[in-house]
Amino acid sequence: MSITQILFWLLSAVAVGGAIMVVASKSPVHSILFLIITFFAISGHYILLNAQFLAIVNIIVYAGAIMVLFLFVVMLMNLNEESAPPQKNKYILYGGTIAGASLMLVLVAALKQSAQGRHLMETNNGTGGLIENLGKLLFTDYVFPFEISSVLFLSAMIGAVVISKKEA
Amino acid sequence: MPINYYIFLALALFCIGVVGVLTRRNAIIIFMCIELMLNAANLLLVAFSKLYTHVSTLPTAGSDAQIFVFFIMVVAAAEVSVGLAIIVMMYRNTHSVDVNFLNRLKN
Amino acid sequence: MSNTLQIVWLIPFLPLIGFLINGLGRNHLSKSLTGLIGSGVILGSFLISLFVFFQVKNGNTHVAHYFDFIHTASLKVGFDFQVDQLSSLFLLIITGVGFLIHVYSTSYMHEEAPKDFAKYFAYLNLFVFSMLLLVMGANYIIMFIGWEGVGLCSYLLIGFWFKDNANNDAAKKAFIMNRIGDFGFLLAVFWLIAKLGTTNYHDVFDGVSKLSSFDIGGITLLLFLGATGKSAQIPLYTWLPDAMAGPTPVSALIHAATMVTAGIYMIARSNILFTMAPLTQSVIAVIGLATAVVAATIALKQNDIKKVLAYSTVSQLGYMFLGLGVGAYTGAVFHVMTHAFFKALLFLGAGSVIHAMGGEQDMRNMGGLKKYMSITHITFLLGCLAIAGMPPFSGFFSKDEILAEAFAKNPVYWGIGVLTAFMTAFYMFRLYAMTFLGKFRGTHDQEHHLHESPSAITIPLIVLSILAVVGGWIGIPKVFMPNGHRLEAFLEPIFAKSNEHVAALGTAHELSHATEYALMAVSVVGALMALLYAWNKFSKYEKTSEEETGLAKAISNKWYVDEFYDAIIVKPVQSIAGFFSNVVEKRGIDGFVNGVGKAVNYGSRQIRLLQTGQVSAYMLMMVIAILVLFIIQLFL
Repeated sequence: MSITQILFWLLSAVAVGGAIMVVASKSPVHSILFLIITFFAISGHYILLNAQFLAIVNIIVYAGAIMVLFLFVVMLMNLNEESAPPQKNKYILYGGTIAGASLMLVLVAALKQSAQGRHLMETNNGTGGLIENLGKLLFTDYVFPFEISSVLFLSAMIGAVVISKKEA
Repeated sequence: MPINYYIFLALALFCIGVVGVLTRRNAIIIFMCIELMLNAANLLLVAFSKLYTHVSTLPTAGSDAQIFVFFIMVVAAAEVSVGLAIIVMMYRNTHSVDVNFLNRLKN
Repeated sequence: MSNTLQIVWLIPFLPLIGFLINGLGRNHLSKSLTGLIGSGVILGSFLISLFVFFQVKNGNTHVAHYFDFIHTASLKVGFDFQVDQLSSLFLLIITGVGFLIHVYSTSYMHEEAPKDFAKYFAYLNLFVFSMLLLVMGANYIIMFIGWEGVGLCSYLLIGFWFKDNANNDAAKKAFIMNRIGDFGFLLAVFWLIAKLGTTNYHDVFDGVSKLSSFDIGGITLLLFLGATGKSAQIPLYTWLPDAMAGPTPVSALIHAATMVTAGIYMIARSNILFTMAPLTQSVIAVIGLATAVVAATIALKQNDIKKVLAYSTVSQLGYMFLGLGVGAYTGAVFHVMTHAFFKALLFLGAGSVIHAMGGEQDMRNMGGLKKYMSITHITFLLGCLAIAGMPPFSGFFSKDEILAEAFAKNPVYWGIGVLTAFMTAFYMFRLYAMTFLGKFRGTHDQEHHLHESPSAITIPLIVLSILAVVGGWIGIPKVFMPNGHRLEAFLEPIFAKSNEHVAALGTAHELSHATEYALMAVSVVGALMALLYAWNKFSKYEKTSEEETGLAKAISNKWYVDEFYDAIIVKPVQSIAGFFSNVVEKRGIDGFVNGVGKAVNYGSRQIRLLQTGQVSAYMLMMVIAILVLFIIQLFL
């Protein structure tokens, strides 16, 4: 078993375990922390997949900025303990779990044949995921979506301000 | 490393996200589960980019998918900022983040 | 089209104008103006009719075409008027008698409010218009328009005092009975169109040889069904006595002199069809005779003065149908004419009596009116003599002509007919004696109020009584005067084809003069005896309260015909209608319609529960839907 495989299984276990804990833990703060762990594991996968830039962005933007924002909101609202009583409607709980599991089953059944026997290449010169490569692509072929996304950010910013402002 | 493994990993993360959305009532946790589902999709995109790097001879081959992931992150960030603003707003009005209290249209 | 008779459109047009003016201006016109307009237009029509009559008499007949009423590929119906001997005679009767009755009405209806007064005259004018259309139309469609129009006016006028519900019931009864007959008429017209593709009289009569005997029999029977409705024959006669609910002049005009003779006119007009359908002729003769007898027996016991006259009308119409049935078309038309005179006279006289009695119609409360109302009395007596068939009054000639022809056809017809004539004499003089002779049996107030009617009432009475006396002299039988029957000579072109047909068959018999004298003697003597018996018996009439039994009771209850119809037609129809309205309508149709609504309501109320308002439930739905889609896509 190569180091890559060991890392894959380790990171996968961490990601899935963290994800389950996100759903299962009672406290929102714990959920956020488990989600950050999951994101770190996913960033590890990115590195394994030659996506170095995305791995860094994932850590900085997701695990850093966004999750801190979540944490900040939770702290602001003082929701660190589950204030509401647990889910009263057990049917929703079981129904949701069963539905998710069935979706999993169906999708696995659907996709297990799709890429049978295709293997990922072990490349040594994986420069496709470096910032140099991606930067060039982003500012040439994808410059228009890039600029659009800046407008999207601006409108999201304004929207957030308008929504969270107290009613005038 | 078979690509199927990554597919199954991404599916597992996605379905855990679905279950979270379905079972939890806390709006913030539902929101985080959505982020989880987005990340599962991102992971799959990156895995496919790796799969196709050697198929094409173009220098940018495999980078397109990563650009997609980048844009998904952009959209997710914008979504989170607006979504959290909405949650704050909701908390301000109902003093709760329980989505089951958002059923006022029913009556 | 330079024929002077092209102007005949004026004849129906004038009453139409009168109808429009009186109908539209009923809130503004004064009573005298309304009466003037109403009577004036009829007088105008009468004068034109006179002119037309003399034109026709000089041999000028004409079919005036005005415009195409219906124009399709295979059927063309023109708005045509036919002026010939038959229609010009009817024109005279309608406008002449109609005018007198209009004049009479100006006085008789004087107590009505101006609005109702104008409405009455508008209806009356509309009636005259429709009746003129009926007799002038040159095809069955135009005739049918008039046919329906008179039915409508009859309905409107019977129910003229619509505040009393009994009048409305009578009006509805008349209308429905008429509708049953109209149905037959309409079917006959359709049959004609289907077989001959035309409804013009000329074309139909020319094309009659193309029809099979089954077609002719069917058409004539259906036409006769129409006639039984309009002319009150068995089985549809019951509406006519009830129609007496209307004002008395209306009874005189519509239900005695004109409208009820529409059936006679129609059959006389279509005489060739009927001549070629011997079976139908026998049916007509038998039904006419039966109607005459039944109505006469009922009239024997009626106490309402107008009811007696109504049943007498039905009976006389039965005579006319007997005449038509035995092929005596001239006799039937002759009787229509004389009957129009004396029956209008009798009705108007009765109206005068009712007027004087302050609305009282029961003869048991009358008597001795002779000394209060001399003009009415004299004219009424003349009318009674005419209807009883006393020579030389008009009824004698026309009735005898029919009876003689009936004898020639079948002596049994004659026997029953002459019996009916005796009954006619009896009940008419019972009526006369109870009303005018003896001593007054009414209340003191009524006696005090008794008076002769004003001149607007008495002048028409006098004119009609003169006509009732002399009207028969245009048809003096050949046994008295070889060329005495001027009416027959006048109408000869109308019935020429029928006469030819009968002559060709060789079934016509000429009665010997001796036989004719004998027949006349029998009927006159019999009628005279019945007359005198009634005169004696009822001039000493006293009110009694003894219960009637047996036959007498059945007769006073009009043979229970109304009850019989009620039991076999009205009740079952009502129960079927009740079934349809309560079960089929309420449960079935309403139930279905409401059920659809209820099902949608119920369904949506159930489906609404899916909208729990819980976000997670919605998302669960969504996931399940995705699952289902995946499963369908993958495994099915």
